Amino acid sequence: MSEGTASAAELRDTDLDGPELRARLARTWGTGQGLIARLSTVDHKVIGKRYIVTTFVFLFLGGLLAVAMRLQLARPESDLIGPDLYNQIFTMHGSTMMFLFAVPVMEAMAIYLVPLMVGTRNIAFPRLNAFSYWIFLFGGSFLWIAFVLNTGPDVGWFAYVPLSGPEFGPGKRADVWAQMITFTEVSAILVAIEIITTVFKQRAPGMSLDRIPIFVWAMLVVSFVVLFSMPAVMVASTSLILDRLVGTHFFNPAEGGDALLWQHLFWFFGHPEVYIIFLPGTGMVAEIVTTFSRRPVFGYLALVLSLIAVGFLSFGLWVHHMFVAGVPQLGASFFTASSMLIAIPNGVQIFCWITTLATGRVVVRTPLLFVLGFFVIFVLGGMTGVMVASVPIDTQVHDTYFVVAHFHYVLIGGAVFPLLGAVYYWFPKITGRMMSERLGRWHFWLAFIGFNLAFFPMHVLGLRGMPRRVYTYGPELGWTDLNLLVSAGSLVLATSFGLFAWNVVRSSRSGDPAGPNPWGAGTLEWATTSPPQPHNFDRIPAVISREPLWTPRDSLPVVTGLSVENRELVVSTLTDARPELRESSPEPSIWPFITAIATTITFVSSIFTPWAAVWGSALIAVCVIGWFWPKGSKEDEE
Amino acid sequence: MQHPTWTRPLLALPFLLAGCAGWPSALDPKGPTAADLAWLIQLFTVLLGVIWLLVVLAVGLVVFRRRWTAAAMPMPKAVHPSEERRPTVIVMALVVATCITVLVLTGLSFAGQQRLFGVDEPAVTIQVTGHQWWWEVRYQDGDPSRVFTTANEIHVPVGLSIRLVLESDDVIHSFWVPNLAGKQDLVPGQQNQLGFTVTEPGIYRGQCAEFCGLQHAHMGIIVVAESEPAFRAWQEAQIRPGKLPETAEQRQGMQVFLSHACVMCHAVRGTPAGGRTGPDLTHVGSRRHLAAATLPLTRGSLAAWIADPHGIKPGVNMPIVPLASDELNSLAAYLEGLK
Repeated sequence: MSEGTASAAELRDTDLDGPELRARLARTWGTGQGLIARLSTVDHKVIGKRYIVTTFVFLFLGGLLAVAMRLQLARPESDLIGPDLYNQIFTMHGSTMMFLFAVPVMEAMAIYLVPLMVGTRNIAFPRLNAFSYWIFLFGGSFLWIAFVLNTGPDVGWFAYVPLSGPEFGPGKRADVWAQMITFTEVSAILVAIEIITTVFKQRAPGMSLDRIPIFVWAMLVVSFVVLFSMPAVMVASTSLILDRLVGTHFFNPAEGGDALLWQHLFWFFGHPEVYIIFLPGTGMVAEIVTTFSRRPVFGYLALVLSLIAVGFLSFGLWVHHMFVAGVPQLGASFFTASSMLIAIPNGVQIFCWITTLATGRVVVRTPLLFVLGFFVIFVLGGMTGVMVASVPIDTQVHDTYFVVAHFHYVLIGGAVFPLLGAVYYWFPKITGRMMSERLGRWHFWLAFIGFNLAFFPMHVLGLRGMPRRVYTYGPELGWTDLNLLVSAGSLVLATSFGLFAWNVVRSSRSGDPAGPNPWGAGTLEWATTSPPQPHNFDRIPAVISREPLWTPRDSLPVVTGLSVENRELVVSTLTDARPELRESSPEPSIWPFITAIATTITFVSSIFTPWAAVWGSALIAVCVIGWFWPKGSKEDEE
Repeated sequence: MQHPTWTRPLLALPFLLAGCAGWPSALDPKGPTAADLAWLIQLFTVLLGVIWLLVVLAVGLVVFRRRWTAAAMPMPKAVHPSEERRPTVIVMALVVATCITVLVLTGLSFAGQQRLFGVDEPAVTIQVTGHQWWWEVRYQDGDPSRVFTTANEIHVPVGLSIRLVLESDDVIHSFWVPNLAGKQDLVPGQQNQLGFTVTEPGIYRGQCAEFCGLQHAHMGIIVVAESEPAFRAWQEAQIRPGKLPETAEQRQGMQVFLSHACVMCHAVRGTPAGGRTGPDLTHVGSRRHLAAATLPLTRGSLAAWIADPHGIKPGVNMPIVPLASDELNSLAAYLEGLK
């Protein structure tokens, strides 16, 4: 770093070493004690942990709803849960899992891990990051409070019009759903912006594009997909609210609107959404496979290109959700071809990972077990994906339990299994303690067996005529025994998650101390202490290979010259990651929290009166002015 | 304590996979369209199943053979590019194989689609309109006097080409009878079509496949396939106006029907009742089921349904019409007599 610009009075990391350097940096970057300080924090690790815990709370809530549904469906004509509650429950289950768990948990993992993996001190736009967490928390709580108050949405997680429109969806239920979308989309888009900027501009010196860890690549691609797909659903949900609240007719065929317009807008977001959930999973798989094969991943370039290809192709598949809605046949066959095409880059990834395992030394630990489970489950889901991509086959299986089975194989197999593996893998980094390997193996086998018991029979049920989203079925239809089996499997799966929760709680208190790099992994997050210091790295590492910690040398090379007294980080060039300048990183601020409250008031009020959008904007403007008020600090002058 | 319930489904599994006569199933086709689809589903299942099995075997074999059993983590391996040459060739070959598989499957799918949606001049055209939560069925005819409306039960002649014209009166529904054809949505503001032929006489059950609100689960449909003469006879019977009551009880029932709110929504041709909101009841007694394949049609179930439709289908649009018990009985007798 250039020494010329450093002011003489400012203490730099060239002046100090060892424990004193660490203590001073920790003071500069740390989160203070007390309520206000905690609400003001901009540390990506603190926010990331909150995000991860919150999303797992939503996972458990959504899982309880799934168990409730399975209890109702365990026998025919059960009257445990009536249709009104059942419709709310399956809508809440889908919405919670998709919008409050699957997407945000991946972004949460990235918020925690990406800055560590690229070797920087904080995420880009850290205050925006704090804001996005509060918005997410408030939006998710809003949905669940509404549900508890019997105003939970009851129109399915894709809320098809006209069922969700003003004529057939009275009350505020569909509005709650639509506005929850607004909350979660805002938070997701903000995180996407932060991750793109962090990856593009804050990589450690020397981490050129071909040295970025695969997980970081995956999150980069996902962030772009978020950026381009989520606006479609925001347009859709906003139009829906307008139809419901101020009497527009976007989706009303009687007045020149179009019911299928909703489906196009929703699935233009909804299909990329699947890859927004799945691609981070592949990134996690790549990291775990690499570490537990004890060799660099095979086909790095092919893997990165596959990620990018999947990102692009994911925008060309949405009509396969509408094959039986009466779209033109030529168009439908195009979408069959594109849907099948995406099997190729996914296949490339699978082949590369298997080759990595085949040419490495395979150490079977719990994280890898979950990845092996991923191979079995996800590939099967991919195969049924090829089936539903075919127009003729889809006319039989669309909207049946076959599809329910398919997307649970893809999403639980492709995202949740890698995620659970990732939790076992990175838990030592986050908490400084190892998770119990014994409990982990029990967890894996229960989850694997329970999952397949619960979801495999659904394929058969679907082919045997059982549609989705029915709150009950008659005994004369022949679905009774398989449904009982499915319900039993769901209880096994639920038990496995109980075991997981117990393992997390127990291990975070009394697990074995982990040390900085318990798995002997190669990426940068393992170069710092577990848990990491508030400033992540005492000195910013300089990267000379893809697995910096696997390069045989005594110590990691570092760059120096950053301030110890002020929050400073290295900004580097986009392709080669040559260090460009020292950039100050924002200090903690309470304004993101206050702005999030103002935004929440605006969003929630606007489902009752359109005028809330007017006075709410003024309210938010005031908060944003507070947020950006110049403080005359050095940070502002630079 | 759970023993019998736990073991029952497991023991029955092989039998269940095969299905059972009379149950709805996409794999038990009763016409060329459904047979084509069943063949395609089985072909894809076998091909893709083999690929899946190979992948799983490869993973299992690799992990088993390359397992590191020592307690300590081995040192990471440095890889020379020369070592990667052979695996690279293998992976490339696999990718080419994947591309060919995808191409073949896409071709099979496209051919199937062509057959499925091929235009075939129909012998019978039936307009099916979706309602929350029942099906309005209207048999089209060149002669307007031969057009008639019924509900929830479609009769078709065996061996002739059928075309359904699908519309919706409220929200999106989806018409699906798995043994006969794939599904097609009923979308408000748009007209979709579904063509199929039935080759085997029988009674086939299906139900709405697109979530349509509270009673989506109870929106069943029955297709009765019968020989052409039987179908024509049924058609002639349906065209006739509603049967006049024969017994005193039925006559009283008709009076109850015509003097209460029933007529606001229901029609019985040949009487002043002309409501269009609910199912046409002209020949309700000839149908096999009540309330969209929810109840078998008997005098008892008619009375139960009229007395408390919300107990049977919570949320249904039919209101409770307060009737004395003798009124209820006579009304059920009248409706049952509308053969």
